[in-house]
Amino acid sequence: MNDQANEVQLDDLPLRHWAVIHTLRPAVAPADRELLLRLTELGFLPGERVRITAEGPGGREPLAVRVGHTTFALRRREASFILVRPHA
Amino acid sequence: MVVDITLPAHIALLGNPNCGKTALFNLLTGSRQKVANYAGVTVERKEGTLHTASGRRVRVLDLPGAYSLNAISNDEAVTRDVVTGRSTELLPDLLVCVVDATNLRLHLRLVLEARRLGIPLLVAVNKSDRAERLGIRIDMNRLESELGVPVVRTVGVSVSGARELLARLDVPVSTAASSAWHAPDIHAVTHTQQEVHRIYEAVVTEPAVDHDPSDRIDRVLMHPWWGLLILTAVLFVIFIAVFSIGDVLAGGIEAGFGWLAGLLATRMDDGLLRGLLVEGVIGGVGGVLVFLPQILILFFFILALESSGYLPRAAFLLDRPMSKAGLSGRSFIPLLSSFACAIPGIMATRSITDRHARLTTILIAPLMACSARIPVYTLLVAALFPGEPFTATLIMVGLYALGVASAMAVAWVIQRGRRTRTPLLMELPSYEWPDVRSLLIGLWERAMIFLRRVGTIILALTIIMWALYTIPSPRAHADGSPMERSIAGEIGRGLEYVFRPIGFNEHIAIALVPGMAAREVVVSSLGLVYAMEGDADEVGAQLEERISAEWSLATKLSLLLWMVFAPQCISTFVAVKRETGSWKYMWLMGGYLFALAYLASLFTYQLTNALTA
Repeated sequence: MNDQANEVQLDDLPLRHWAVIHTLRPAVAPADRELLLRLTELGFLPGERVRITAEGPGGREPLAVRVGHTTFALRRREASFILVRPHA
Repeated sequence: MVVDITLPAHIALLGNPNCGKTALFNLLTGSRQKVANYAGVTVERKEGTLHTASGRRVRVLDLPGAYSLNAISNDEAVTRDVVTGRSTELLPDLLVCVVDATNLRLHLRLVLEARRLGIPLLVAVNKSDRAERLGIRIDMNRLESELGVPVVRTVGVSVSGARELLARLDVPVSTAASSAWHAPDIHAVTHTQQEVHRIYEAVVTEPAVDHDPSDRIDRVLMHPWWGLLILTAVLFVIFIAVFSIGDVLAGGIEAGFGWLAGLLATRMDDGLLRGLLVEGVIGGVGGVLVFLPQILILFFFILALESSGYLPRAAFLLDRPMSKAGLSGRSFIPLLSSFACAIPGIMATRSITDRHARLTTILIAPLMACSARIPVYTLLVAALFPGEPFTATLIMVGLYALGVASAMAVAWVIQRGRRTRTPLLMELPSYEWPDVRSLLIGLWERAMIFLRRVGTIILALTIIMWALYTIPSPRAHADGSPMERSIAGEIGRGLEYVFRPIGFNEHIAIALVPGMAAREVVVSSLGLVYAMEGDADEVGAQLEERISAEWSLATKLSLLLWMVFAPQCISTFVAVKRETGSWKYMWLMGGYLFALAYLASLFTYQLTNALTA
């Protein structure tokens, strides 16, 4: 129960707060399935620590997301597939 | 079963983008490199030779960087096809999988994927010096036994950094055989990643505190406002450097050619050959060669900023503004390169994964004012505002801005109504000092490409131009100036019908013809048609005077606008055809640019005439 309430989309995570990936939201469209495959290949996996290190000018798009030793620029839409649990 | 064993004779470097593969390739092969294109695509194919520890020669292919063999970009597709035996390339005897020691978590996955290919594998743990500095310890023996393939340590940026690798290349390997490769599904990928995780935990010891300063640097450089301000300052400094330092060096080259022309003029008898050499070859080639410093300075900054990790950050900052025009931040680097020359810019679009966004970027790349336009702009602006350097500078900036603004407008029109859902997924690599060797090799490559162009197409064009203006037309009347009696004069009179409404006289019309092949030669062609003598500097000064005096304000403005939009040089057309694989886009680009140029010039000419009448 508590866990469920605790889970947020990566794009809703506050700037520079660490979180742990819980799961990737399943995709329906073929293009989105491809996206999930690539995200998995790049290391966005359950159990990995992530945080948003920067937001684009104006505080919207895109997001710079740190996972492991790598930082990737993602759009909010891509980040929304990644469900995370923020550190308490 | 007998397994054949051979010494590897040709190997390929495989690795993620940003694994330091290019620096390692440059270290291995030095200047023994050949840059070409893969059959049918403009992905750069880099091959070189190395000498192993025992002195054996081995061919090395530097494959385009790939996160995965499950390709989503042109780069990755080329890599996949080579290592799976689907291309016309020979299957390598040995695959050297280069991984970044500071980022094994990401890079090991490609090793596991490559292990299934049936090609003997060797893993090079690169940037191992940097890993040491950051306190990351890797158990090499354990890594070797976990992967079941040989593992060596390399440092791409150090002179002795490839010693272990070169020694290992003298060990025989079993014969490569391509196996049937299938794109993995998400379950297979997840399974591989679990294996990566297990190996990583067993092999790598990380410090409790992350010593990578990148996050701290990013707090400033990627700050929403400071970041944009710094980016603006960086671009400003680049353009100042191109114009100021480039101008000084260009002056030196000009003086050199002037001396050469003077020497020939005094030592040779007046005649056709002297005319050809002094006016045609030295005047034409010298007039183009003066841009070499400007092109190299621009590329110096682009290469240095790219290898330091800053350019992807710039692309990040500009992603949102560019998405208004239907593009993404990924188009930033190709468009920046296009200010030097559209061809490397078009080639840099290969990293744009979305086909539509990539085509759009290719189509608008020629609107970025390439360095070949600098002399024409300089001449016309100086003639328009003689003795007003401040206004002239302002107009120059305006011309660049007009190019960028129209590019964004054209992109917006092309992408109109198309909601872009292309993922960005762009790596922002750790900051690093640029590798000096790779920087110099990169500049050398660019210089050679330019010089080859000057020595072939531009030399040929200037000679043809000179001939057209020297040889009398059979249909011409006996009276009139040599120019009016020449074949060039005849062609100019024909073209005048097309160009009269936009205010171009026959002299301009004829100078524009070779300009379509290589726009740098417009200035020297004008010098030829006005029958001017002397070195490039003197011709420039005389032209400026003639233009100020003889052309109307409307004509000068009209020609400036024409140069902003007019279809790019033939080499660009060839690059577009090859890159898009279709004549359609090439003609589309040529057509829209011509229409834009004609309409802009027509509007400017008629409006200026109406206002000044």
